[in-house]
Order: sequence, then structure tokens, then C-alpha cells
Amino acid sequence: MNTQGKVFKYPDNVDTDVIIPARYLNTPDAKELALHCMEDIDAEFVKNVQIGDVMVAGWNFGCGSSREHAPLVIKTCGTGCVIAKSFARIFYRNAINIGLPILECEQAADEINAGDEVTVDFDTGVITDITTGKTYKAQPFPPFIQNIIRCGGLLKSLKEGENNG
Amino acid sequence: MGMTMTQKILAAHAGLDKVEAGQLINAKLDIVLGNDITTPVAVNEFKKAGFDKVFDKDRVAIVLDHFVPNKDIKAAEQSKTCRDFACTHCVSHFYDVGKMGIEHALLPEQGVVTAGDCIIGADSHTCTYGALGAFSTGVGSTDMAAGMATGMAWFKVPSAIKFELTGKLPYNCSGKDVILTIIGMIGVDGALYKSMEFAGEGAHGLSMDDRLCICNMAIEAGAKNGIFPVDDVTMAYLKGRSEREPVVFEADSDAEYEKVIEIDLSKIVPTVACPHLPENTHAASELSDIKIDQVVIGSCTNGRMEDMEATYNILNGKKVADGVRCIIIPATMQILRECVQRGWYTAFIDAGAVVSTPTCGPCLGGYMGILAAGEKCVATTNRNFVGRMGHVNSEVYLASPYTAAASALTGYITEYVEG
Repeated sequence: MNTQGKVFKYPDNVDTDVIIPARYLNTPDAKELALHCMEDIDAEFVKNVQIGDVMVAGWNFGCGSSREHAPLVIKTCGTGCVIAKSFARIFYRNAINIGLPILECEQAADEINAGDEVTVDFDTGVITDITTGKTYKAQPFPPFIQNIIRCGGLLKSLKEGENNG
Repeated sequence: MGMTMTQKILAAHAGLDKVEAGQLINAKLDIVLGNDITTPVAVNEFKKAGFDKVFDKDRVAIVLDHFVPNKDIKAAEQSKTCRDFACTHCVSHFYDVGKMGIEHALLPEQGVVTAGDCIIGADSHTCTYGALGAFSTGVGSTDMAAGMATGMAWFKVPSAIKFELTGKLPYNCSGKDVILTIIGMIGVDGALYKSMEFAGEGAHGLSMDDRLCICNMAIEAGAKNGIFPVDDVTMAYLKGRSEREPVVFEADSDAEYEKVIEIDLSKIVPTVACPHLPENTHAASELSDIKIDQVVIGSCTNGRMEDMEATYNILNGKKVADGVRCIIIPATMQILRECVQRGWYTAFIDAGAVVSTPTCGPCLGGYMGILAAGEKCVATTNRNFVGRMGHVNSEVYLASPYTAAASALTGYITEYVEG
């Protein structure tokens, strides 16, 4: 599995309130919510994002509220992957549970520029910045988490576990 | 090497004699919680995956608190989804308007959660129940759905930072000033993936309301959970309230901590977290030139009885400053009732404040006190992110009920001083 697209760059401590403001959380509809993704810090994001594009951010991405709507809107917008120096723990869990690929890589987050074209290989954790020609290696997930991703999310992995005995 | 208090609770719920930091485990859950925002997403996932019953109708709690009484048609639909699901699955801990409260004030008050529990909740402030000596952590809706279906959740066993508390808090400080001071010290990711374990004679001297407030904001330091040892204060609180028998876990004397941080409570000062991160803390006394438009006293952090008492003691017989809207939100129906019975409700109105029925409301910019561009609010809530309480150019200053009530009277950020 991989993704290719251009980079949207964000700072440290991007919280779930700016990813999807709570004023819109009176609906669970992902498509409707996705129209407001990032609007409080980057009103242009939704207009410009294309399928496969990549978010690159600093430390503690996704801090704050537990709202699963946050990774869901990022995914629904077409974002192929989020690369950050670190992720807040609930966001990390939620992203895996709903099948939004995320990678932790400090050097990539420092060096990749907004607008660069990058490819990300989820199986190997290799990130290639086509614009600069540089490559980076993120830590791959532990096997337990890889299994959740392979099954297409937590609930599907549980169902598969049930079926297998 | 021994285990921390959190590790011991997790080991017991995973059926293991020993666990260590970094280990992946599957643990049995005592309570699975959701609210009116996160439950509809969980219900959808639950159905989509083909589950048709909850693992135990007495171990699922659904609390309508964020946007109720329903703020608009869409919120009403979300509440209805929760209500229908609770009815279909005979969920015994379902709290609708009239008996609801803000979930993290309500569940301890009603005895739904207790010492020794392993709890997940689809709300980040689920870490509050660590005050009772439980392992309790926030998750997303899919984890909630899985928890409701199986009664289990996977965890990576956390390492811990120990906070050794000594001394006693000054009269004008509360648990809020303690946790804001700690977040200011270690940062919003200072405890990322870790437990915050509180200990020492200073911890035992803190009231249950202070402990609930401190654990509530552990997530604001990135922590997986916050936890207090079980002592006489805990047992007195749980007595006659806890639905299930409390189970007491203690950290081993040789437990390993990543760090031990000593905090002398007597040195804590009234603290305010300025926009737009909870780590951006300053002494309230340094911010006295900041003019405010609104004060909110309430939330899962500070809507409890002691918070109402502090507010009453400061506002009683006085007037909220002209140009300030002061909104007081008791966190549960029981607390609201108590405020009425003690005459505090009348005192709040006489002071020029408004009192709402329990709701998360303004804390997350839902309703009941939204800010316009450029407006500033002192709030006893837990987050001051960009746009959190309204317009993207509004500002939230996080503070204790003492500081918030004192600020309501002057119209500026004000450290409460007796007399």
C-alpha cells in the first residue's frame, strides 16, 4: 500500500478542535463534516486537497478531544497519509482503528516542505520526497497493529478473529 | 522491578501476574462509556460490523451531555440515535435530560465507576476517574463500539511519571491550579502515552473534587491516565455510592518511574493558562490588565460542589462587573438541586450571573455562551485551543473557580484575595 501527493504542512500541537471544530459535531456524517476539515487554521485546505495528498506536522498531532471525527474527516477529504514527529495517543489509536495511515518520522517532518510531492510506502515506512530527492524511513507498526490495518480497521479485525476461532 | 498502580490494575484485568511498560495486552473492561457526540459514531460502527448485542447491559454507560437539552435539530437526531440504542440494548446506565449530568461528574457521583476499575470512554476526559483509584482512559468511537461488543480493549502498558506532592494548598488555590502548574511545567505532550501517578502526603490532603479535577486534565499533558492512591478520602467518597465493591491496588514500593517530580502544594499560586494551549501558564496576578467579556464556571473539570461553593463564597452579595456575562453551569442535576436548596442559585442570580442546567455547552463551543471575534473569556474549563469556545479570533483563559469568580466581579483577570 502506498500514497502519492503534495504536502500540506502544519506546526506542533495541531488539536482535534481545529481539525474539526466541535460546532459542527451535531452530525456524524463524515462527508458533511469533511467540508470543515482544518478550517480554523487553514481555510484553503479543503479547497486544495486532492486524493493521495499528505499532511506533514510537528509534535503531538491530534491532541485534545477523543473525537474520531478528526481522523475520519482527514481521511474523507482524500488525505492519503499523515506524517508527524509524534501523535497524541487517542488520535493515534483512532487513526489505526478507522484505517487512516499515519507515520512518525521526525526528520521527514523537519525537512519536507509544504507543496513538495512525496510518496509514502506504508509496508516499509519509506517516505520519498520527489521534489528534493531525499528519502526517509519511519518506524513500521508492531505486528498487532499491522493486523488491524490489514483487516481494514479494529472491528473488522475483531470479526476476523471471531471467525477464526 | 515492581509495577506502578496503573500497571497493577491493567495486569489484573488482563489476567496476568505481571506486565511491563510497552507490552501489548487485552484487558477486561468494567465500564464502557459514550456521550451524545461520540456514541452515534460508535453505534454506526457497531451495526456496520454486524454486532447485535452489548457484552453486558450493566457495564455500558451512555450520557447525553454535550449538546442537551438538544441545541438544534441535528443534535436532537444524535440524542435520538443514543436513546434508541440504549433502549434496544436495555442499557441500564443511560442518562437523558432530567437525570443527566456532565459524564465525568455524573459517573463518580452516581457510583457507576469505582476503585480498581478498568474503564474506557469515548471522551478524552474519561481519565477523570483515576481520582477514585481506577485505570480510566479516553478512546474513540470505534474502540467504544468494540468495547461494547466484546467487553475488552487492547492497551499498550504505559510507563509512568510520579508526582510526589507535599504540603497544603493556599486558600485561594484548588486542584485546577495544581494541574495547570504541572502542565505548564511538563508541556502538553509532557506525559504523552504515560501515566501520571500522584502520591505523597500532599495527595492524601486533597479533597475528592480536587483529585477529580487534577485527573480530568491529565489528558491535557498528553497522558494516557492520571491516578491517585486509594485512601480514607476515597473510601469515604465511595461509601454508600459505589454500585460495585471497590478493589484497592497499590503501586509496588520498587515500581519503576520514568521520572519523579516533587511538588510543594503550599507554593502553588493561582494559575491561568493563556491562549491557545493549556501549557501557556502564568500567575493570575501577572494578567490583571486583561479585560474580559465572559466568565464560564462549570464543565467536567470544575462543575462540582466545591467549585460551586467557591463561586458562591466570592459572588454572594456582590455584583458581576458591567460588561461581563457570567455563566454558571452546575455539572449534574444533583449539584444543581443542591445549589437551589442552599440558596446559592438565588445568590448567583442576584449577583447578575446566569445559571444553566448541566451541559458541556460552551466548553467545546457548542452553545450556551459562544464567543464573538475578539472576545475574551475566563473559564474553569479544560481547553483554550483556537476557536474552542466560538470565533476563531476569540480567546479562552483557563483558571480555577476562585480566579474565575473573582474575575467576574472586576471584569479583568483577577487573583482572588480574601476579604
